[in-house]
Amino acid sequence: MDITYYLYLSAVLFTIGAVGVLVRRNAIVVFMCVELMLNAVNLSLVTFARMNSNLDGQVIAFFVMVVAAAEVVIGLAIIMSIFRSRRSASVDDANLLKY
Amino acid sequence: MAAADFTAPSIAYGALMPVLIPAGAAIVGVLVDAFAPSTIRWRAQVVVALAGLAGALVACGILAGEHHVTADTAISVDGPALFLQGTIAVLGIASVLLVADRSPGMDGGAFVASAATTPGSADERASIRSGRIQTEVFPLMMFAVTGMMLFPASNDLLLLFVALEVLSLPLYLLCGLARRRRLLSQEAAVKYFLLGAFASAFFLYGLALLYGYAGTVSLGGIHDAAVSGQHNDTLLFLGLALLAVGLLFKVGAAPFHSWIPDVYQGAPTPITAFMASATKVAGFGALLRVFYVSFGGLGWEWRPVAWGIAIMTMIVGSIFAITQTDVKRMLAYSSIAHAGFILIGIIALNKSGLSGSMFYLLTYGITTVGAFGVLTLVRDPDGEATHLSRWAGLGRRSPLVAGVFALFLLALAGIPLTSGFTGKFAVFSAGVSGGATPLVIVGVITSAMAAFFYVRVIVLMFFADPLEDGPVVVIPGGATSSAIAISVAVTVVLGVFPQPLLNLANHAVPFYH
Repeated sequence: MDITYYLYLSAVLFTIGAVGVLVRRNAIVVFMCVELMLNAVNLSLVTFARMNSNLDGQVIAFFVMVVAAAEVVIGLAIIMSIFRSRRSASVDDANLLKY
Repeated sequence: MAAADFTAPSIAYGALMPVLIPAGAAIVGVLVDAFAPSTIRWRAQVVVALAGLAGALVACGILAGEHHVTADTAISVDGPALFLQGTIAVLGIASVLLVADRSPGMDGGAFVASAATTPGSADERASIRSGRIQTEVFPLMMFAVTGMMLFPASNDLLLLFVALEVLSLPLYLLCGLARRRRLLSQEAAVKYFLLGAFASAFFLYGLALLYGYAGTVSLGGIHDAAVSGQHNDTLLFLGLALLAVGLLFKVGAAPFHSWIPDVYQGAPTPITAFMASATKVAGFGALLRVFYVSFGGLGWEWRPVAWGIAIMTMIVGSIFAITQTDVKRMLAYSSIAHAGFILIGIIALNKSGLSGSMFYLLTYGITTVGAFGVLTLVRDPDGEATHLSRWAGLGRRSPLVAGVFALFLLALAGIPLTSGFTGKFAVFSAGVSGGATPLVIVGVITSAMAAFFYVRVIVLMFFADPLEDGPVVVIPGGATSSAIAISVAVTVVLGVFPQPLLNLANHAVPFYH
């Protein structure tokens, strides 16, 4: 099977994630879409590692996972705190800062 | 693929001291937070943070003139890296001094006593009454500084990504720690976090495509592959574009600037000062290295797009700043305009562009920290008086504070005899010599537009009648005073007598990889 199909799949997943960030309203779901984008990148990294026949891409994928995990910790802490003060995690309700 | 034997790379720890010392200070800060008695904790944290930054600055001074490419070419400690690391250390010291001020006039400082309590709850009132304050802001700042120190020295896209996250993640949290107007502060943190994570995903996809293109993520390796031109150009240009999105977001260039005003306004003012100065220095350091080292040979391909971004950034920053009624937001838009000016130095793609950008970053950073420092002094009963109308007639009641603020505004506008003029001159002349004359003309015109809103604030302060119930200008504590004094001194000295520092910047180029 042609290995470039994995790259197309990863591009599709990345796009779904990016569109999700733009259209979804719940901060948690927006954040999940960002995670989808990161994992799409992991897929293409591993595919490129195979194509370039070196291991760098696989190692980078591990780094990405660790960074994503750290980001979850920070992100959920921030979203939790704003949810507790407003009883809402909708990004549309966070509208005090403008103009 | 063969399972290669793993050999540990050799690391020149001595050359990494500007990164490692703040990292050590951050870890010591966490331990202080855990074990020091609450009576001395705040003071101990200030001492640890300042010692870490001073240590890093000294290390930069000792290393000056050397260049090491270490850790299997992942890190390049060369002239530009050391210059920018030194700049970040100085800006960090000034920002920590602003953070540290809890003198009586500051009404408890800028930071929330306990970030975990819900705004308006009984828990929050109890934590304020108890008079205790958590000190996590200092270790978080030092972790952010660690990332910023690593960012301009990264010679490899993976390390660049890790450094980007190490500097961003603490900043997301720091934005949400304001003592007053906590809903605004939390909103700023959410916006910064979601958009920042979105932008780093783009950066990462760019990294992956460039890895697919070159088979390596080292900046030198990508340069070699791009020059040889034997690979798939689609991957190269897509990767370059996505990578640039991530980096331009961090420095706040249009059209990736929309987070800047909101986040700068909502964040606690000392943190805004820190973000507006040090983050921008680190971000531009990384942009400069990536574009000079990896894509320097491809100038013809990316420069047209970069021209568009620079013009848009300068115009958006200058025009929107005119319409602002909030001083913090106005300074935020001014920082966007300044990002556009520095982009001219990147587009110039020559030695004077590099040294000019570095000099500009230093002058702009110091002035910005000072301007936000002054902002913390003008207060209403419910916190800082950031609305522009509240500043009317300030010059008559507190000539010193208004005069200092006027000096910073003139420096940001680029009036001669201030550091801002020298910085703009350095970048613009590099732009002309780099063949970007039309861009420089746009830069000069937008500078004139920007001067309008800076001068408008000065006129308002000195020539409008004072308000009946105007804001109080508090007597700053020693920490804020010294931060502002450093900024004033540097702004004036670099305006009148810039040559030694210009020489330093000139000797710092070029990049080694």
